[in-house]
Amino acid sequence: MVERPSILQLRQVTKQFGALTAVDHIDLDVAEGEFFTIVGPSGSGKTTLLRMLAGMESPSAGDILLKGRRINDVPANQRPTCMVFQSLALFPHRSVGQNIEFALKIRGVSPEERRARALFLMRQLRLPEDYYAKSVTKCSGGERQRVALARALAYDPQILFFDEPLSAIDYKLRKTLEKELKDIHRETGKTFMYITHSLEEAMVMSDRIGVMRGGRLVQVGTPHQIYTSPRDKFVSEFMGEVNLIEVRRGANGRVSAAAPAGEFSAPVLPAGFEHGHLVVRPEFMRFLGAAGEAENHLVGRLYNEYALGSRIQYQVRVGEHVFVLERLRQQPFAGHLDQEVLIGWDARDSILVGD
Amino acid sequence: MAALAERSATKPARHGALAALWRPGPRHAIPILLLLLVGFAAPLLAILSFSFAPSRTFDIWHLPTLENYRTIVTETYYGSFLWSLGMATATVAILALVCYPVAYGLSKLFGRWSNLVTLLMVLPLFVSENVRLYGWILFLIKGGVLLGSLKALFGIEAESVLFTPGVIVFGMVYVYLPFMLFPMVLGLSMVPRETTEAARDLGASRWQVFTEVELPLAMPGIVIGALLTFVLAVGAIAEAKVLGGQSVIPISHDIEIAFTYAQNWPLGAALAVLLTLVVGGLVLLVLGRLDLDRILGRR
Repeated sequence: MVERPSILQLRQVTKQFGALTAVDHIDLDVAEGEFFTIVGPSGSGKTTLLRMLAGMESPSAGDILLKGRRINDVPANQRPTCMVFQSLALFPHRSVGQNIEFALKIRGVSPEERRARALFLMRQLRLPEDYYAKSVTKCSGGERQRVALARALAYDPQILFFDEPLSAIDYKLRKTLEKELKDIHRETGKTFMYITHSLEEAMVMSDRIGVMRGGRLVQVGTPHQIYTSPRDKFVSEFMGEVNLIEVRRGANGRVSAAAPAGEFSAPVLPAGFEHGHLVVRPEFMRFLGAAGEAENHLVGRLYNEYALGSRIQYQVRVGEHVFVLERLRQQPFAGHLDQEVLIGWDARDSILVGD
Repeated sequence: MAALAERSATKPARHGALAALWRPGPRHAIPILLLLLVGFAAPLLAILSFSFAPSRTFDIWHLPTLENYRTIVTETYYGSFLWSLGMATATVAILALVCYPVAYGLSKLFGRWSNLVTLLMVLPLFVSENVRLYGWILFLIKGGVLLGSLKALFGIEAESVLFTPGVIVFGMVYVYLPFMLFPMVLGLSMVPRETTEAARDLGASRWQVFTEVELPLAMPGIVIGALLTFVLAVGAIAEAKVLGGQSVIPISHDIEIAFTYAQNWPLGAALAVLLTLVVGGLVLLVLGRLDLDRILGRR
C-alpha cells in the first residue's frame, strides 16, 4: 500500500474516569483515506477513545492532532469530523430528507441546494428517491443505517467515525452492509475510523486494524498481519476459534507442553522466549493416516462434528484438552464419533505467542 | 392458550348484547363504568340542566330557558373570565421558564441527587394548599416575616405586595409547580443523549441543538405539563381569595358565590358550563395542533 500522510495523530492519549483509566496512553497515526478499525471486547475503552476523537469527551492527558493541528479543546460542532452512532441517533421527529440535510440546514445552505445534495446522497446509498419525505421511524434497520451514513456524509467530514453501527443488525444484512460500507469508503475516498467488537467485521472492511484491551492498543497491523502473526494469546483468541497449547522452551529449539504432554516442533523461538502459547488455526490442523505425515501429532478421540456452511468443524479431545479441526464440506473426514484419531500439524503452520 | 380455550367454550352459550357485555374486557370495566356514570356523568348532566333552569330556582323540570346565559353576557362576568384566563396563561408561561432548567437538571445532570431534589419538590404537596398559602400571608404581610425584618434590621418601610394580581400569579406558580415539572422531566428524559450529541456533532450550536432537537423531542411532556397547569390554574380559587384578598374575582369565585351566598344555582351552573366549554375548547385546540403521535415519531 502506498504511504499516505497522516490525517489523525494520537499522542499518549489518556482518559480517566475517577480511578478508572478507560484509555491508557494511546499512540496512533491514521493515514488519510484509510479505513482503520479498532477492535476490542466491551469495556476495552474503544468507545471512549472514539468519543474523544469526535469531541464528545476530552482527554485527561495527551494530544489529538488533526492534520497537525491540536484539536483537544475544539468542541464537537467545530471539528471537521462526524460520527455514526451505535443507536444511529436519527432525529425521530424529522423525515429522511430532513435528517440528511440537518448539517446543511445548520450551515444555512438554501433549501434547493440541500434537497439536491440529499437526493444525490440517497442515490449513492441506494435509498429510493420517494423516501425523501418518509419518516425515519418507518424505515427498516438497513435503511436507517443508510440514512445515518448519508446524514454524516452530508456534513462532508474529513474523518467519519463509526461506533459499532452494525451491532444490532441481523447477520445476513450485516454482511451486506459491511461490503456496502467498504464500497462507500472507496467511492468517497474519506478516512473511515470504525470500532467494533467483531474481528470478523473488522477483517472484511479494514485497511488496518488496531486491537484494544484494557484501554491499551495491543497490536496494530493489516488484517493479514493480525491474522497470521498475532502478538499474544488475547489477539490470537480474538481472531476466532484457535487451538492453544501452553508451552515452555524445550530442548533443541523445540517446545514442551504439560497438557497435552509432549514435545513439539515450533517456529523459531524468539530470543528470550521462556513460556507462551502455541497457536494452530483449525484449518491447519489435519487428520493423519500415519504419525509421520506431519511434524507434530497427537492421538485423540473424535468427540463431535459441526457443519459450518462451507466447512465442517470437528472436535477432537486429547485427554481433557479440546482441539478443533476444519475441513471443506467437499472433503469430509470419514470417521465415526468416539473413534480414535490421529491429528497433527507442521511447525510452519503454527504461531508462537506470548502470554 | 387456556384463556383462549375458555373463551371459545363459553361463546356459543350466550348471545347478543349481554354476551358482548360479558366478555372479560367489558365485564371487568363494569365497576368503573358505574362509578363514572354516578360520580362523573350524573353531576355534569345535573349542572347542564340547572344552567337552563329559571334564575334563582331549583326547578330543573321546567321548560329550558337561556335566561342565565343572557345574564352572563349582559352583566360583567366576562371580566372574571378574562382575569382567570389571563392569570392562568401567565402562570403557565412563568412555570415553563422556571421548570425547564430544573427538569433538565433532574433528567440529565443531577444523577444520584435527582431523587433528593424530586423529594424536596414533592414534599410541599403533603401540606394542605390553604395552610401553605396562609404561610405566604405571614411571610408577606405588612409587619410580617419579610417586611417586619426589613423594617427592624434596616429601617426600610415598603408596601406589601399582598392582595394584588401579581401575588395571585406567584401563588399559583408556587402551588402548581410540580404539575409542570414532572411531565417536563418525563418529556426531557425521552430525548436520547446520543440524539443531542449527534446534532452537536453535525455542527449545531447549543442553541440550535435546543431548538432543533431537544425542544421538539421534549414537547409532548411540556405540552402535557402546560395543559395540566393551565386547567388547574383556570379553576384556581384559593390563591385569589387568600393571597389576592379578593382584589380580583376569578371566574371560579363567581361560580362559588352563585352557588352559595347568592343561592342562584342556575346562574352558577351556566357559568360553570361556559368555563368548561372555553377550557375544553382550548385544550382540544392545542392537542389538535400539536399531534403528540407525530411529535413522538410514531406516525
